[in-house]
Amino acid sequence: MYALPILIGVNIITFVLFFVVNTPDDMARMHLGIKRVSEAAIVKWKDDRGYNKPILFNGRVDGTKKITETIFFQNSVKLFVFDFGRSDSGRDIGYDISQRMWPSLAITVPSLFIGLLAYISFGLILAFFRGSYVDVSGVVLCVIMMSISGLFYIIGGQYLIGKFLHLVPISGYDTGLNAFKFIILPVLVGLIGGIGASTRWYRTIFLEEMNKDYVRTARAKGLPESRVLYRHVLTNGLIPILTGVVVILPSLFMGSLIVESFFAIPGLGSYTIDAINRQDFAIVRSMVFLGSVLYIIGLILTDISYTFVDPRVRLN
Amino acid sequence: MTRKLIKIVNRLIFRTCRTPYFFIWVPLFCIACGPSSWNNPYPYQESNELVYYDSFSERPKHLDPVSSYSSNEYIFLGQIYEPLLQYHFLKRPYELAPLTAINLPIAIYQDKDGKILAEDSKAEDIASVKYRISIKPGILYQPHPAFAKDKSDNYLYHKLNLTDLKDIHTLSDFDNTGTRELLASDYIYQIKRMAHPRIHSPIAGLMEKYILGLDKFSDELKNIYQIKLNSGFLNLNDHELSGAKLIDKYTFEITLKEKYPQFLYWLSMSFFSPMPWEADLFYSQKGFAEKNISLDWYPIGTGPFMLTENNPNRRMVLERNPNFRGELFPIDGENKDRDIGLLDDAGKKMPFIDKAIYSLEKESIPAWNKFLQGYYDTSGIVSDSFDQAVQFNTQGDAQLTEEMEQKGIKLLTTTTASTYYMGFNMADDLVGGNTERARLLRRAISIAVDYEEYISIFANGRGKPAQGPIPPGIFGYVSDETGINPYVYQWENNKAIRQSVEQAKELMSKAGYKNGRDEITGKPLVLNLDTPAAGPGSKASFDWLRKQFAKLGINLVIRATDYNRFQEKMRKGTAQIFQWGWNADYPDPENFFFLLYGPNAKIDHNGENAANYQNEKFDLLFDQMKSMKNGPERQKLINQIVELVRYDAPWLWGYHPVGFSLHHDWYKNAKPNLMANNTLKYKRINPKLRAEKRIEWNKPIWWPIVIVLFVFSVILLPAFILYRRKENQLISW
Repeated sequence: MYALPILIGVNIITFVLFFVVNTPDDMARMHLGIKRVSEAAIVKWKDDRGYNKPILFNGRVDGTKKITETIFFQNSVKLFVFDFGRSDSGRDIGYDISQRMWPSLAITVPSLFIGLLAYISFGLILAFFRGSYVDVSGVVLCVIMMSISGLFYIIGGQYLIGKFLHLVPISGYDTGLNAFKFIILPVLVGLIGGIGASTRWYRTIFLEEMNKDYVRTARAKGLPESRVLYRHVLTNGLIPILTGVVVILPSLFMGSLIVESFFAIPGLGSYTIDAINRQDFAIVRSMVFLGSVLYIIGLILTDISYTFVDPRVRLN
Repeated sequence: MTRKLIKIVNRLIFRTCRTPYFFIWVPLFCIACGPSSWNNPYPYQESNELVYYDSFSERPKHLDPVSSYSSNEYIFLGQIYEPLLQYHFLKRPYELAPLTAINLPIAIYQDKDGKILAEDSKAEDIASVKYRISIKPGILYQPHPAFAKDKSDNYLYHKLNLTDLKDIHTLSDFDNTGTRELLASDYIYQIKRMAHPRIHSPIAGLMEKYILGLDKFSDELKNIYQIKLNSGFLNLNDHELSGAKLIDKYTFEITLKEKYPQFLYWLSMSFFSPMPWEADLFYSQKGFAEKNISLDWYPIGTGPFMLTENNPNRRMVLERNPNFRGELFPIDGENKDRDIGLLDDAGKKMPFIDKAIYSLEKESIPAWNKFLQGYYDTSGIVSDSFDQAVQFNTQGDAQLTEEMEQKGIKLLTTTTASTYYMGFNMADDLVGGNTERARLLRRAISIAVDYEEYISIFANGRGKPAQGPIPPGIFGYVSDETGINPYVYQWENNKAIRQSVEQAKELMSKAGYKNGRDEITGKPLVLNLDTPAAGPGSKASFDWLRKQFAKLGINLVIRATDYNRFQEKMRKGTAQIFQWGWNADYPDPENFFFLLYGPNAKIDHNGENAANYQNEKFDLLFDQMKSMKNGPERQKLINQIVELVRYDAPWLWGYHPVGFSLHHDWYKNAKPNLMANNTLKYKRINPKLRAEKRIEWNKPIWWPIVIVLFVFSVILLPAFILYRRKENQLISW
């Protein structure tokens, strides 16, 4: 039930922030271009898109219309039934989202799952060799990798793998199976870019588990260290990992802003950035709303997932 | 033995699949199956086809020719739509030539009694100007569902309902297409569309000033639209426009209210492209807009190419229009054109390519690298890549680096028909106005801001310091000694040399700002630059600007703001100094001088005179000059106008950018044409050479990966030994 007030709140904040920076006149000028824009054209543009109404309160009408005959009300209510309407340039936003979420998913889903597999493995290895030269050099490497900007991995990856080694296209996208060769590099870059922070985090989780009593008991029973790690530590360490992963699952739809831009992936991340640059409020508010909905779904899924991984937790 | 071998192989596969490497090896294996280079972003089958590859960075806002007013939209529209006229591809100075028109239209001047007047008649005697235009017969539109008819000659898709559209998502979902001949009435229809209440045409206001009856026609349509329809199809053929009359199937007449020779240039722009009423009706049907099927998305033209894929988030594809009549390559050009092979295709049927693929590249680095790999045929040069591509010789001429020359890349440079300037708000109390004090201050700043240095630092030398508002290549520009701005430059050793800072300081003293201090108030002089640019990218140029003003003791304050607020300041006239630019619509000095014309002032008229410059003499001379034919008399007037504005110095004249573009050896008939938008049809590609070069330049390199894997194995070997020892210890413990 807390979802509804959150969504309304997010909607109001988005609306206020957007219109504090951009008036409908500004939006019209941005859409109509710089050269030879007349006042009449601006009025016409606003009339066509319903931006000729007052923003939050309409004092010229009576009753509930004071609220309903405003830009805010007209633009916000339909969102709650997932009717995103049309962008300020006339495109059907719902259709565009349905088309653009697939390229985003094509990058984010493999990045997440391959990344998860790799980061957990590296975390376990470091935990297994804790205190040894493998652990120390691994942690140092992780810190170094964490300190490097994500942009460096993107440009470096494009230069090394695409330009120097000629193994995959530098950027671009295609449909169907042809998309495969375009996905490899962004996924790989995402994977490498996330190694530092994630591996360190997973290592900490596993080390914390390894110091608990049940691990000591398992060792006391004579189990080999690898079995202790994979059978006991990994299973129990999954609880915080799952929490972190499940919450981001729905937001995978939203794509990645920078990666999509650099690799020319026509996903939802670049859709949002383009809309902000073009001052297309209809798209911005839809994407923020969608992001909020997906985040709330993520939180709910996290709560549910607890019951699966930890039998002690029950949903009331 | 065999069973043991199978067991080993099975275990190997099983183990491989269990590791993360599986996700690396399998895709690499899949890519390896293809016969072309691994990093080729295009299908192998396309390698030997006549396809032109290019990139674009920004999604076109409009593809409706009546609304479009941006160069990134003209890239596509110019190939699809055919206005009446075009610019000659090779001739310089720029020259208009017929495209669908049979001849260049000739103006017929009439007085208020309808009497025909001579061409050189005074503008005030002329009451109307008529252009009778005949178009070539037999020109066909591209295949399009709007023209599709059944056996009874009824349109198939003109009365669709929402049920019919159930399975329609794009234009290609319509099973049938048709075509029809281009008619003179299509041009009239498009002129009427400028006044359509639902469509925004940026030149509607300008054309209402010139085309007879267009202003009234606009009001009439507005009323009809509001009262009767307010949505849906408004058949413009049912409404008469007095300034555009149909004479016969292939001929029509446009009447202007006054003499306006520049009108012919507008006839070469996409605003005056033909529009069949069938298309307007087709796209106006209910349900089309909701499905994103509109004229703004799916153009319909008679040009050499048609847009077959419009996915501006990924790529735009133009393909040869099967109904195109086949225009011939020009048989004449400049003298040097024949020597450099630009007339090798003279008289041959165009277009020479079958397809053009424009891929979205938002970032310049990937686009540049793909050009170097041969996956784009042409490229611009961004600052990041400039040093890699271009170097200046001792004479200061730009030439390609060795790396580029080895690849057979060619460089083309041309001074653009545009100007970047710094404007003073003439309505400002301090820097503006017609007082001697303010004028001397502006002139002193004009000397102090060293644009030669600016071009060298911030534009990689790609610019020509401006001597006035007119760029090179436009009639009225004078390149010799007489063409320099005597208030800023002096002629020495056959070139214009900027006056010294001491001379600027002298002007400051005369203006009463000795050492940058106001002699009346005693306070230091503080000026404000209003700009929408902010962030680290602009910091260096702002620092440089502060330094330039500081030469005169002026403290320059940068008032950076967002773009909307900046526009608001400009509209309200609260900005003091600003930076602005202008790209020519057409090659005529009028298109630059109008930026300083009083009735175009931004504050009072929301026009393009951003400096709000007002000078009666200038306005008078401008009115005379704009309707004159190019010749010595016009040049004389232009010289007077230029002298006036140089004297008043409402702008720091800034610089005219020099465009640098690169293309590969397999790309032919490349000649910069800053005015023409329909140049794709002239281009020729050698796909065989391109395919060879791509393979040569993009051989996969494996050895670094092998070395990295080996190094990792060596590093991890002791760890593996440690692991084994640890395991054994634990078990024994």
